[in-house]
Amino acid sequence: MLNIKEVFETTNMIEHDNLDVRTVTMGISLFDCADRTVGETCSRIEEKIRKYAGRLAATADDIAAEFGIPIVNKRISITPVSLIGASCCRTPEDYVTICKMLDRVAKDLGCNFLGGYSAVVSKGITESDRLLIESIPEALAVTDNICASVNVGSTKTGINMDAVKLMGETVKKTARRTADRECIGCAKLVVLCNAPDDNPFMAGAFLGITQGDAVINVGVSGPGVVKAALDKCHGADFQVLCDTIKKTAFKITRVGQMVAQEAASRLGVQFGIIDLSLAPTPAIGDSVADIIEAMGIEKCGAPGTTAALALLNDQVKKGGVMASSYVGGLSGAFIPVSEDAGMIAAAECGALTIEKLEAMTCVCSVGLDMIAVPGSTTAATISGIIADEAAIGMVNQKTTAVRILPVEGKDVGESIELGGLLGTAPVMKVNNWSCEEFISRAGSIPAPIHSFKN
Amino acid sequence: MEKTVITVVGKDTTGIIARSSTYLYTHNINILDIAQTVLDGIFNMMMIVDVSGMDISYEELVQELRNLATEIGVDIRCQREEIFDMMHRI
Repeated sequence: MLNIKEVFETTNMIEHDNLDVRTVTMGISLFDCADRTVGETCSRIEEKIRKYAGRLAATADDIAAEFGIPIVNKRISITPVSLIGASCCRTPEDYVTICKMLDRVAKDLGCNFLGGYSAVVSKGITESDRLLIESIPEALAVTDNICASVNVGSTKTGINMDAVKLMGETVKKTARRTADRECIGCAKLVVLCNAPDDNPFMAGAFLGITQGDAVINVGVSGPGVVKAALDKCHGADFQVLCDTIKKTAFKITRVGQMVAQEAASRLGVQFGIIDLSLAPTPAIGDSVADIIEAMGIEKCGAPGTTAALALLNDQVKKGGVMASSYVGGLSGAFIPVSEDAGMIAAAECGALTIEKLEAMTCVCSVGLDMIAVPGSTTAATISGIIADEAAIGMVNQKTTAVRILPVEGKDVGESIELGGLLGTAPVMKVNNWSCEEFISRAGSIPAPIHSFKN
Repeated sequence: MEKTVITVVGKDTTGIIARSSTYLYTHNINILDIAQTVLDGIFNMMMIVDVSGMDISYEELVQELRNLATEIGVDIRCQREEIFDMMHRI
């Protein structure tokens, strides 16, 4: 029988340390929805999403009430739209039509984000991929709940530098198109390398071609819980530090596993994976930066930060893997600047720079995330930043990504308010030495050699 | 048997156990285990109950316990036992 100490440990995690299940994401395959006309394709997509996800939000709310664990987001990920639209979309506007329909359905079903307005172009770009990418600035400007992602490289294929160039320009266009709303479009657009097929987290979620018809993927959270545990072991050695993180990650993940199984069973779809990520929110006490600082780093970004993050990321995985039957997605600590109160503070006081964040992305998921930069940053520089991140992912066989906001009319020292989970982004300094010539070269960077590893 | 854990936290006052157990009794909810401590004047109690025979829905149980909590001036939560078992038992 449970004892009172265990019971109150759990309730304290929920009430005081912000423990929650960050997202229950239903992946839905749309391969059987492709048709000859945009209208017919739209109606088939809508019918299929409603059939599977009609009860998603209500079911998640029921589970949250019965188990007393908040489920923050109810989301949907779909087959990359460039694959489904290939049969019928002849113009970027055709894709925008699909995007608007998806937005309406997501809102109607109570899902705050639907991901999969995506193209996978790690080797080459098809005509439909190009049309979808061209449509992104408009599609994200006229919708609220749709997330777009483009995978521009992988360890097996190398980096498609034509796509990298195109995405630098697309990020700039998206920022301009939503300049009146703090460039919000860019917060819903991510450029990936080695994108996973089963990611439940936005903005990079889509249901890859390896997946079944419908699947439940769950992202757990809990930076606050890890921080609270580490606050009790100041001065202890690394063994104690690692054990504390592992034990905490185990407990957090078990809750995610339970919610995932329950949701999959009630919705009659397959349980996919648990994403073992520490996902911060702008709320005080729910920060990954705070964990790093609790380990003994004065301010996130100081020397030692990368090592602390590497340790954290690894121990979270070691603890989490045992707690779940299937682990996947991004699985690691997230470091989105605008969504993490500790990161925001570190960036504002100058302790945390883009270059340090880039180093941190070598040891954790997922990449340069939710970073505001001056509006004067050129498309080529953004492409250069994307290429650097993609190279880190390609060489290290891991997922990396860039979600960057070149904020029109703003400069270093200013900040933007994105609201809600997207938080506040201080505009960070960018290295503006040019990479124009490098980015303008056509073609791709070949896949790296997989032997002679030194 | 469908086990649920009810936790009560708040300033110690008379009648917390009496009123919550009376409420459970009226809805045919059997108390299987009960434990309590008072730390720094804060009353902490947990009850493990069987809700398989209750005459209301889980949603109503959650809401009505919340109403009762407001009347007494404490916090009352109820959560299915599995969340605690998953977290604390391998």
